[in-house]
Amino acid sequence: MTVPEQPETVTEGERATDGAVDRRQFLTEALNVAAGAAPLVILGVVRIPAAGAQEAAGAVDQDEHNYAMGIDVNKCIGCARCVVACKTENDVPDDPEFFNTWIERYVIRPNGEVEVDSPNGGIDGFPPLDEETDLRRSFFVPKLCNHCASPPCVQVCPVGATFTTVDGVVLVDDEYCIGCRYCIQACPYGARWMHPEKHVAAKCTFCYHRVVDGLVPACVEVCPTGARIFGEVERLATPLARFMRFNDVQVLKPHLNTRPKAYYANLDGEVR
Amino acid sequence: MQGFIYPNEFELHWGLLVVLYPYITGLVAGAFILASLERVFNVKEVQPTYRLALLTALAFLLVAPLPLLAHLGHPERSYEIFLTPNRQSAMAMFGFVYAWYLAVVLLLEIWFDYRQDMVLWARQSTGLKKWVYYALALGSTDLSEKALKFDDSAGRWITVIGIPSAFLLHGYVGFIFGSIKANPWWSSVLMPVVFLFSAMVSGIALVLVLYMITTMFRWRRIDMACLDKLAQFLFYAMVVDFSLEMLDFIHRLYESEESIEILGQMIESRLFISLIVLQIFMGSVVPLVALGLVSPGLRKGGFVRVPPELKQFVYFTAAVLVQIGIFSIRWNVVIGGQLFSKSLRGLTVYKVELLGLEGLAMTIGLLALPFVILWVLVKLLPPWQSDEEVAPA
Repeated sequence: MTVPEQPETVTEGERATDGAVDRRQFLTEALNVAAGAAPLVILGVVRIPAAGAQEAAGAVDQDEHNYAMGIDVNKCIGCARCVVACKTENDVPDDPEFFNTWIERYVIRPNGEVEVDSPNGGIDGFPPLDEETDLRRSFFVPKLCNHCASPPCVQVCPVGATFTTVDGVVLVDDEYCIGCRYCIQACPYGARWMHPEKHVAAKCTFCYHRVVDGLVPACVEVCPTGARIFGEVERLATPLARFMRFNDVQVLKPHLNTRPKAYYANLDGEVR
Repeated sequence: MQGFIYPNEFELHWGLLVVLYPYITGLVAGAFILASLERVFNVKEVQPTYRLALLTALAFLLVAPLPLLAHLGHPERSYEIFLTPNRQSAMAMFGFVYAWYLAVVLLLEIWFDYRQDMVLWARQSTGLKKWVYYALALGSTDLSEKALKFDDSAGRWITVIGIPSAFLLHGYVGFIFGSIKANPWWSSVLMPVVFLFSAMVSGIALVLVLYMITTMFRWRRIDMACLDKLAQFLFYAMVVDFSLEMLDFIHRLYESEESIEILGQMIESRLFISLIVLQIFMGSVVPLVALGLVSPGLRKGGFVRVPPELKQFVYFTAAVLVQIGIFSIRWNVVIGGQLFSKSLRGLTVYKVELLGLEGLAMTIGLLALPFVILWVLVKLLPPWQSDEEVAPA
C-alpha cells in the first residue's frame, strides 16, 4: 500500500491549532508562575507536553517516530475532559454516537457480574451507583483508536483511503474514502464511526495536526491526572518509555493479533 | 438496546441493501451453475431451463452492484476501486471479479449460444429489429458448419471457465464477511463455502420458479422430467448447504468461545424469527422434507407418488420457501453480525426504514428490477425451443 509522505487530511485540523498553541503557552507560563506546581509536575500529576518537545515546533521528522499512547487505568477518574477536548479539537459532532475517544465505567459486583456503561461517552458524567456496598471493584477505562501496528481497517479498505503514516498513526483520507464502511466493520474496538455530514469514515488521529507540530494530542493535554501518556514506542527518552518500563502493560484483544499501540497499565481482565 | 455497546455502535452500518447484495449475487452464481449442468455435465433433462438460467443470471448480475452503489457514502468515488485498488483488501477485488464474470463469462457465453439465432432473427426481421439483432451478433454472420461448431465448443469452454468463476464470485462474497476477525459471527472459514452452496440452492430454486411461471404464461406443458431433475438437484444442494450450516452451528456451540453467550442471546431474542423460524424451519426443514418425499432425490419417482399437478405445487411451494429461507440467511449474516456489540456485552436493534436510499421501498425496487431486465432480455432473446408442443386448453 502506498503511504503518502505528507497526509493532506490534517490541513483542516492544522487551522485549529492556532488556539491550542496559545493554550499551551498559557499553561506553561501559568505553571512557571505557580511555584507550588513544581511538585505536581515531578509526581506526574501534571505533565508538560513532552513528546517531540526537543524538536522545534513544526520541524518534526516523521520518519524518526512511531507514536503510541499509554493509559493508566488507575489514574483515570472518569471526568471525560479528554472526550470533550477531543470533540472540540477535532470537530467531532456533539451527538452521543460519534466518538474518537470515550470513557467506559466498569462496575463489578461481588458475584462477579459486570456492568459497563458509557453514557454520552462519559461527557455528562456517570449515574451514581445505587449501593456502593454491593461492589467488588469499579474503574474507568478510556478508549480510543489503538493505532494498531497491524490494522485490520487499513487491510480491508478497498481503495486505500485509510492508511498508516510513516510515524505509525492510522488516518483516513477524507477526499478519498468512498464510504463503504468496511473499515468500521473490521475494527474490533468500535473506534471508527461514519461522519454524518462528510459521509466518510472517521476516527481518532492522535491529533496528528498537533503531533506534527510537536504537541501532544488534546486528550493527553487536558487530562487532569495524567492518565494518558503520549509518546513513542521505540524511543527511550519519552514519557511513554518510562510508563512502559515501570508498569505491566497490556493491550486490548491481543488474541486478534492487531498489535495495538494503546498500552494499558492496571487493566482489568474484564475489559474488552 | 440491551447491555453495553460501544458508543460508536449505535448506528448499524450495513443495512437492508447490503443484505440484498449477497442475495442477488447468490442467485447469479446459482443460476449459472445450473446452466452449466446441461452444458458441461450433460444433464440433458434440464435443457429447457438452460437459456432461461443464463438470462436470469445476467439480469441479476446487472443489478448486483446497484445496492452497493446506493449504500456508499460517496458513490461518485466508486470508480476508485478499479483505479487504485488496495490489493490487501478483499473488497477491492469486487470490481475485477464482477467485471470478469460479466464480460468474460456471462456475456460471452450468451453471445456464443445465441449467435446463430441472432443471425437468423436478423435475416427474418425487418426495420430496426433487423439492425438490433445484426448489432447484437456483432456482424458475425457466418453460419457455416465450422463456425457453428466453433460457437458450440467456445460456449462449452467458457462454461468450464465459468464454473470456477461462479464459485469465485459468490465464494468471494462469503470471504468478505468470513475474513473479518473482529466479528465472531462472521469470522469463519466455512463462510465462503456456505455462501456458495446457498447460492446454488437459491439459483436452482429461482430458475425452477421462473420456468414454471413462464411455461404457464406461455400456455405450454411443463416438462416434468426437467422439473423433477431441477427438484432433485435442488434437494442435493440443500442437503449439502444445510449440513454445512449445521456444522458451523455445532462447531460454534462446541467450541464455546467467549462470544458464545452474546451470540446465544442474540439468536434467542433478535434472530429467533429470521433464523430459527424462517431460515431453518420454513426455509430448510420443510422444503427438505417435502422434496425428499416427492422429488426423485432419494428414490426414483419419490417416496410418495403424487399426481403431477400436486408435485408441481409441492416443487413450487418448496422453491418459494427456499427463496425466503435464503433471503433470511443473508439477513441473519449481515444484520445478525451487527446486532451484538464487539464488546460482547450487549445487543442493539435494527430498524428498517420505509423510504430513503437504504429503505424498504428501495430494496423492493432493486429486487423487482432484475425481473424487468429479464423480461426485456426474454423478449429480445427468446430462450424457448421452437418445437415445444402446445398444451391442450
